[in-house]
Amino acid sequence: MYDFTYHRPETLADAEKMFADADDGQYIAGGQTMVPVMKQRLAMPSDIIDLERISDLKGISRDGNVLSIGAMTTHAEVAGSGDVAKAIPALARLADDIGDPAVRNRGTLGGSIANNDPAADYPAALVGLGATIHTTSREIPADDFFTGLFETALEEGEVIVKVSIPVPDKAGYVKFPQPASRFALVGVFVAQIGDSVRVAATGAGPCVFRVEAMEKALEKDFSASALKGISVPGEGLNNDIHASADYRASLISTLARRAVAAAE
Amino acid sequence: MIVLKERFVMYFRCTFPPATPALEFAAVMPVISLTVNGNPVTVDVEARALLSRVLRDQLDLTGTHVGCDTSQCGACVVHVDGKPVKSCTMLAVQADGENITTIEGLAKDGKLHPMQEAFRENHGLQCGFCTPGMIMTAVALADENPELDEMSVRKGLEGNLCRCTGYQNIIHAVLDGAKAMRS
Ligand SMILES: Cc1cc2nc3c(=O)[nH]c(=O)nc-3n(C[C@H](O)[C@H](O)[C@H](O)COP(=O)(O)OP(=O)(O)OC[C@H]3O[C@@H](n4cnc5c(N)ncnc54)[C@H](O)[C@@H]3O)c2cc1C
Ligand code: FES
Ligand code: FES
Repeated sequence: MYDFTYHRPETLADAEKMFADADDGQYIAGGQTMVPVMKQRLAMPSDIIDLERISDLKGISRDGNVLSIGAMTTHAEVAGSGDVAKAIPALARLADDIGDPAVRNRGTLGGSIANNDPAADYPAALVGLGATIHTTSREIPADDFFTGLFETALEEGEVIVKVSIPVPDKAGYVKFPQPASRFALVGVFVAQIGDSVRVAATGAGPCVFRVEAMEKALEKDFSASALKGISVPGEGLNNDIHASADYRASLISTLARRAVAAAE
Repeated sequence: MIVLKERFVMYFRCTFPPATPALEFAAVMPVISLTVNGNPVTVDVEARALLSRVLRDQLDLTGTHVGCDTSQCGACVVHVDGKPVKSCTMLAVQADGENITTIEGLAKDGKLHPMQEAFRENHGLQCGFCTPGMIMTAVALADENPELDEMSVRKGLEGNLCRCTGYQNIIHAVLDGAKAMRS
């Protein structure tokens, strides 16, 4: 890892200014992606701006039917939150199955979605629940936030402040974990809000995506059997030593049925 | 993460910028203050220094092991503010002001911590390389969950790899150790 200048601002305004003043600045949250990436010299920032001390980025709250989670909230905090468990139990369990306890104690929601790893869990939840990502300059619907492999709608220097999530009637998430890393080989998040249903798959393609054919079928009949015969073509899906594209496609169907059955 | 992609390309084309900025920055070394195993310490560190490296190389606490250095094996787990974290995946500067406990901080007055004793009793180790991380993870797990069973121990140890024991005796040790910690 190359050396850098380390900053620990206490306000968002300071963080953005430090970023703007740096030659090649980069934010750090839990560091569970950033530190390994810097070790491999895939990133060599001149300045690291730590978001840890910024209190505006922390905390979980519920206001009516909207759950808000600050960007710097760790996976362990989401997993252990009574508010989350009550509003969206599937989300609490998703957080509890990310990596391992040490990763969950450092890794954050904001870091996970900013990184947009194709196999990350949170993108499936945010797209599946129709969440909104609030940044220092705007509000971005989850559908428009995750734009491609490790790519998001975030502009240079823009900081994710929090996400707001509508509380669904029912939601379920099931992943087939990659046995070594626990990342999702494939994961499917299903949520029913009023008459509308959303189905989001992660791990399968270069970036999280919705499965509209499944959404339509579930809007008519929210049951695992309604998904019978609906499949996603393997073409364009990830194909690597861990799983072929066709296997991932078949996992989407299986996991979607299980997610519906598990939804509560 | 466009930046990451660009870096990736640079990585393979070997077009890194020269490392001179690193030398310039090294001149202004951050100073951090920590409490390590109950003792206040102040150390000069490089911004890029990992917590694992500072504990081992600067504070001589070599009980914290570095197995993979890639966030996978858990040999380097220490407690930061009571919570287990991989010290190879945390910058020392990020730990500024925190309370750190390493494996050296568990035994009191020459008497092993109940979890350490349980690993000894249950043959929960062979070469011992993974053991400090296993024990630090296990102590936190037992602290957080009054009712541990085999499955919760297995899940709790997902981030700790052992290449010797086959895990069975580690699971026995953690269950026994947790019981001893409660009594
Ligand atoms: C062993 C291991 C297992 C893992 N398993 C899983 C798993 O099963 N499922 C899963 O989903 N993930 C997994 N992860 C990834 C983990 O969830 C990381 O925590 C996450 O990807 C990054 O979050 P972080 O807080 O550590 O961010 P960092 O690593 O600090 O930052 C990541 C990126 O996000 C940017 N960033 C961070 N916060 C913000 C913000 N508020 N605004 C704008 N940009 C920001 C940073 O600049 C950086 O580019 C695993 C990681 C490890 C090491
Ligand atoms: S040395 Fe830190 S996880 Fe392996
Ligand atoms: S005892 Fe040898 S690695 Fe676990």
